[in-house]
Amino acid sequence: MKYIDEFHNPELARRLLDEIHSTVTRPWALMEVCGGQTHTIIRHGIDQLLPEQVELIHGPGCPVCVTPLEVIDKALEIASRPDVVFCSFGDMLRVPGTGRDLFQVRSEGGDVRVVYSPLDALRIAQQNPDKQVVFFGIGFETTAPPNAMTVYQARRLGIRNFSLLVSHVRVPPAIEAIMRSPSCRVQAFLAAGHVCSVMGTGEYPELAGRYRVPIVVTGFEPLDILEGVRRTVLQLERGEHTVDNAYPRAVRAEGNPAAKAMLEDVFEVTDRAWRGIGVIPQSGWRLSSRYREFDAEHRFSVTGIRTLEPAACRSGEVLQGLLKPHECEAFGTACTPRSPLGATMVSSEGACAAYYLYRRLDVAPARMEASPVG
Amino acid sequence: MCLAVPGRVLEIEERDGTRMASVDFGGVVKDVCLEYLPDLQVGEYAIVHVGFALQRLDEESALRTLELFADLGMLQEEFGDPWALAAEAQGHSWSDEDGAPQEARQ
Amino acid sequence: MGHGGGGAMSAELVQHIFAPAFGGEVLAQLGDAAAVTLGGARLAFSTDSFVVRPLFFPGGCIGDLAVNGTVNDLAMSGARAAYLSCGFILEEGVEMPVVARIAQALGDAARAAGVEVATGDTKVVESGHGDGVYINTAGIGLIPAGVDLRPQRVVPGDVVIVSGDIGVHGVAIMSVREGLEFGVAIQSDCAPLGGLVDAMLAVTPDLHVLRDPTRGGLAASLNEIAAASGTGVVVQERSVPVPDGVANACAILGLDPMYVANEGKLVAFVPREHADAVLAAMRAHPLGAAARVIGEAVPDHPGMVVARTALGGTRVVDLPIGEQLPRIC
Repeated sequence: MKYIDEFHNPELARRLLDEIHSTVTRPWALMEVCGGQTHTIIRHGIDQLLPEQVELIHGPGCPVCVTPLEVIDKALEIASRPDVVFCSFGDMLRVPGTGRDLFQVRSEGGDVRVVYSPLDALRIAQQNPDKQVVFFGIGFETTAPPNAMTVYQARRLGIRNFSLLVSHVRVPPAIEAIMRSPSCRVQAFLAAGHVCSVMGTGEYPELAGRYRVPIVVTGFEPLDILEGVRRTVLQLERGEHTVDNAYPRAVRAEGNPAAKAMLEDVFEVTDRAWRGIGVIPQSGWRLSSRYREFDAEHRFSVTGIRTLEPAACRSGEVLQGLLKPHECEAFGTACTPRSPLGATMVSSEGACAAYYLYRRLDVAPARMEASPVG
Repeated sequence: MCLAVPGRVLEIEERDGTRMASVDFGGVVKDVCLEYLPDLQVGEYAIVHVGFALQRLDEESALRTLELFADLGMLQEEFGDPWALAAEAQGHSWSDEDGAPQEARQ
Repeated sequence: MGHGGGGAMSAELVQHIFAPAFGGEVLAQLGDAAAVTLGGARLAFSTDSFVVRPLFFPGGCIGDLAVNGTVNDLAMSGARAAYLSCGFILEEGVEMPVVARIAQALGDAARAAGVEVATGDTKVVESGHGDGVYINTAGIGLIPAGVDLRPQRVVPGDVVIVSGDIGVHGVAIMSVREGLEFGVAIQSDCAPLGGLVDAMLAVTPDLHVLRDPTRGGLAASLNEIAAASGTGVVVQERSVPVPDGVANACAILGLDPMYVANEGKLVAFVPREHADAVLAAMRAHPLGAAARVIGEAVPDHPGMVVARTALGGTRVVDLPIGEQLPRIC
């Protein structure tokens, strides 16, 4: 595919790696914010090819991983109702709520469907006027505009049997929360390219300045990741801390104005709990009052559901870069991708699942053998 | 977050008052909503996420980025190859000499 | 539902519930087909149930699958299928023309594979208790003298060969699945592999193990072999043949082609000294024309499959956990 294949070129990757190796003089800790980048890094073994001084900390940018347990429990409750068709992106189905997941709801007779796009859910609503169709609206600034447009279309077309269970999250407040943590180790950020395709880069200069961290907007193919790392390391070595765009083919400074306007109309900023981390002020979106009638929480009266997270899961510390996944007591024993304690072990972008896959070669082999998997 | 892939617009049509396109992802064709890139034209590329075109791809930027990567090697060739040394220390090799038999390296 | 996905959950169900409950030495081998001796003849014996949705897909239907799935299970023990049984479970209300089309496809597939449907059964369940049509088939065939295909025979140094493009069947099915629909010029690779296996065994009966990587894809088959043989497996990722349509559909959905199902492919572990000749024989057969060496068995990391990536890194190719799901991130 054009714009993908060229950015997998091993020869150019080698040049980028050479450059990084010759630039680094001391240890640096970089956080790639986005789970999609974590996936690329693990899938291509990029972390093994970087100099040992460059540590990549897998950040909280996996929407599946940070969707709070409470919202999952609300989803399970709504999806269990006989008159409901519950539509979701595929990777949410295995995320454990309290005691079960959406897969189990489906095997117990719930009508849970995997869709590619929120518009598919809207179409299902049009085709099933006697059913309530609910879409699980999770995701960061990239996914929020598609979900916003879908609600907007539902209202425009008068589709009353459609609603959205919303748990959107925003990147900049999360970066701020990570930098404010007293034990923060992160010295620079690879910012999520596709979030910036929508939002632009306007939110970052203030963060970079206030916390004196380089923020480099980075794409998702192997060469994009390496270029993000190269530019970040260059800034760190020079003592700079600016916002840089290493993904110019898909990111403009102003982002996508039409999408931003739609977000303004459909959503409003709210405090949001992140699974494992806790409430981060102003870090989420909920439906604005103009669209309240499309809010599944209100339509199905599940606003009262409150859930506490299991204490054994330390995913919050992992997501903030305070703990490496394999340093958690439960890693590979009580917690595996098949029976995850927390969402970071569920999604293949999750830091724990990523470690479980690749690090089994060289981390804690004795402990891994105790696991029944494989 | 945010698996988004570049696709090329094949056809544009109005559907239920919404601007939709069929978009080609290297032989895989899907319906994509163009409401956020209303002036995207047939033949252009955009980044697509969950059925929505979110940003136009800029070919010139892409080419410049690739040229930059290609130029990076020039300095290295004078000073030797520090990366290869480091990779070797970690047990990896570019040349695949420890890999599968000849056939596997086609 | 993950228990049927061909991944870690399926393996657990078989190992911890079925095998202990049923007992028996033959079942304990846990191959795709059982090798049994009856009246002095070595027979391969296998059964499989087919619960595919949708019933018809580009390049085939549940009827072709029901034949080729079982025929291929037998082929993986070196046997040419001789007889099949066929059980239909119909949901009340399913239209007769649909059943007729499936039956015709099943008959055609059997004739193409050179196998006779010798016995059958039909049951009807209430409406809402099935997805239209389920089919179970069982098959038997003779295992040629000198052939002993088992993962336990794999030794470090064995060459891993795959018979052609991977992920084709799974992508064909996904392209017509509700909620994911996409256009792609790809048809299921559903095909009987008995002829290809015969051609390979004609080079040498001393192949070590064959698998048809169906549910769970190439990753599941390689993991099963690594676990049962106690050797490690290294795959050169860029040698794995993935057609553009499969690679790009996987890119959009966030899937890994190594985990996507195949229905007309096999993976072989072949002693190094025979690898070139076996590969040549495969390429001379229509179903093996795109056969490639993708890796080898190694003494390191026993029981584990590792991919060497195009960039020179490595990653573990784990057993898939249940059904593959499209990612958004």
